[in-house]
Amino acid sequence: MFSWDLLANAVVSGLLLGGFYAAVSLGISLIFGLLEIANIAQPAFVVLGAYAAYVLNNAYEVDPILTGLAFTPVFYVLGAVVYRVYYESFERRGDEALRGLVFFFGLLFILEVSLSLKFGVDYRLVQTAYTKTSIEFGGVGIAFRYLVPCVIGVAMTLALYLFLSRTFYGRAIRAVSQDQQALRLMGVNPIQIKTIAFGVGIAAASLAGALLICIAPVIPSTDRDYIGRMFAITVLGGMGSIGGTLVAGIILGVAESFMATFFGPSWSLAVSFGILLIALAVRPAGLFGR
Amino acid sequence: MARTVPALIVGLLVVAAGIGLVTLRVNPYLYFAGYVILQYVVIATAWNILGGYGGYVNFGTPAFFALGAYTAVFLIQSMKAPLPVLIVAGGLVSALLGLGIGYLTLRLRGTFFSIATLALSVVLQTMIINWEYVGGSRGISVIRPSGPPFGNYVVFLFTVMLGLAVIAVLVARFIERSWIGRGLAALRDNEEAAECMGVPTLRLKLFATTVSGFLLGVAGAPFPYYVTFVEPNSAFALDYAVNALAMPMIGGTTSWAGPVIGAVLLGTAQQLATVTISSELNLFIVGVVLVAFVVLAPEGILGLVRRLRAR
Repeated sequence: MFSWDLLANAVVSGLLLGGFYAAVSLGISLIFGLLEIANIAQPAFVVLGAYAAYVLNNAYEVDPILTGLAFTPVFYVLGAVVYRVYYESFERRGDEALRGLVFFFGLLFILEVSLSLKFGVDYRLVQTAYTKTSIEFGGVGIAFRYLVPCVIGVAMTLALYLFLSRTFYGRAIRAVSQDQQALRLMGVNPIQIKTIAFGVGIAAASLAGALLICIAPVIPSTDRDYIGRMFAITVLGGMGSIGGTLVAGIILGVAESFMATFFGPSWSLAVSFGILLIALAVRPAGLFGR
Repeated sequence: MARTVPALIVGLLVVAAGIGLVTLRVNPYLYFAGYVILQYVVIATAWNILGGYGGYVNFGTPAFFALGAYTAVFLIQSMKAPLPVLIVAGGLVSALLGLGIGYLTLRLRGTFFSIATLALSVVLQTMIINWEYVGGSRGISVIRPSGPPFGNYVVFLFTVMLGLAVIAVLVARFIERSWIGRGLAALRDNEEAAECMGVPTLRLKLFATTVSGFLLGVAGAPFPYYVTFVEPNSAFALDYAVNALAMPMIGGTTSWAGPVIGAVLLGTAQQLATVTISSELNLFIVGVVLVAFVVLAPEGILGLVRRLRAR
């Protein structure tokens, strides 16, 4: 049963999957990890991004990743609006713990059902030149539909890291996660900064969605598979740690790939939730937590 | 406690009225739809014991419900156990799971607890999918026992669910009015403060998660006989999670009447929408109504009524 070839393939595909998982989790790492807003609707926004890529690819054969990039401003505005509604209805009243959570859960449900009303429950996929090709290194196959999302995922991680550490708004976002009052005293409006951070997080979902539909066909309920993965990665990596998100994404990717290779793919979903439960119970601060 | 006896009498009257209804020859579809609404009364009431009174949002309702259903499937498969045994066993197994997540609250509060319960649901579903004895991913057919005590089998199940709904509501009402309810309200508002004032928070949380789990399992146990074909996707449907929190939120979470009002209104609306429009659209309506209520009327219908009266 065991062979080195199989092992090498599992490791490589796990690493590639990990880069993609990091891309999917960056938004929630920002929104939940730094702002501590429990946006469980995030995976639904990712699937929305995937459908945007599908529609343009299907009608005009536009490259999905190009669509993902082009839609980031739209998603940014969408995110800003959602945050404003959330702020006015819950955060300002100090009511976010219970009802805020329910609000985002309702949002997830609405997005998912809207997509299945519009597109039905058939699997949708995109056609590009690179989704069909693959290269081989000494018995280890590397499919481009995994390689491209992985490379873009790593690039996104790097970009977000640089944004948060080098730019004024990035630093302000990190400041607002530490001490909102102090930021106010420095003459910066924390609500404005949070709106920007939330918008950036949702914008990241647009690109992540494009990567998602490159990797595998998408149905409206795909978002459920990613709730656990996203939060597992964010918690495992350490709340708000961008580098940790990448590391945790790779850990999860490799673990799932091993599970799928040696026990069968139907178990791989349980891995993320297993990791999440263990991380929450044993080390809630995560690997790179404060 | 002076009002417990009248409540019990009202409960018995409701069951009697239900049985009386059974003897009338109304459209059989009404029982079929009525069962689902009553099932939601149980689910919403059970969710509210933990979520509404204690302030711990449980997204894992499908896990408890399906555990009750699959316990029943297992018992039907292995020994053809009668319905009362299925209900009690389904409830007990789910109660055990509830006790487990109760201990989880030691480490996890707020959002983390909610995400963990969501995780639980998926882990459990994966296990069921990989367990061939209870049907695996393909599902399993269940044959109803021949000759129900009265009426046809759906009518019989409707009456059983009516009884369970009355029991669930009475339990919730008892908890709400006893020191347990006051203790849960204290820990909902501020857990540290409650602990400091000597409220036994852990014991209360364990009690709430266990009772809530038990009732959710009880709601799920007759499910195999109701649908006669059980498969993981329908038993673990996200609809249960959404409805379980939408119904109390719409009715009002601080009183036992809230989940009942929410379940009857939303449940009836969904049944009507499923028949007249489509089942997809009815889920969309649930989502929109849920979000509209948490944003615009956070206290639910009971809160709106209270505000109107205060004027």
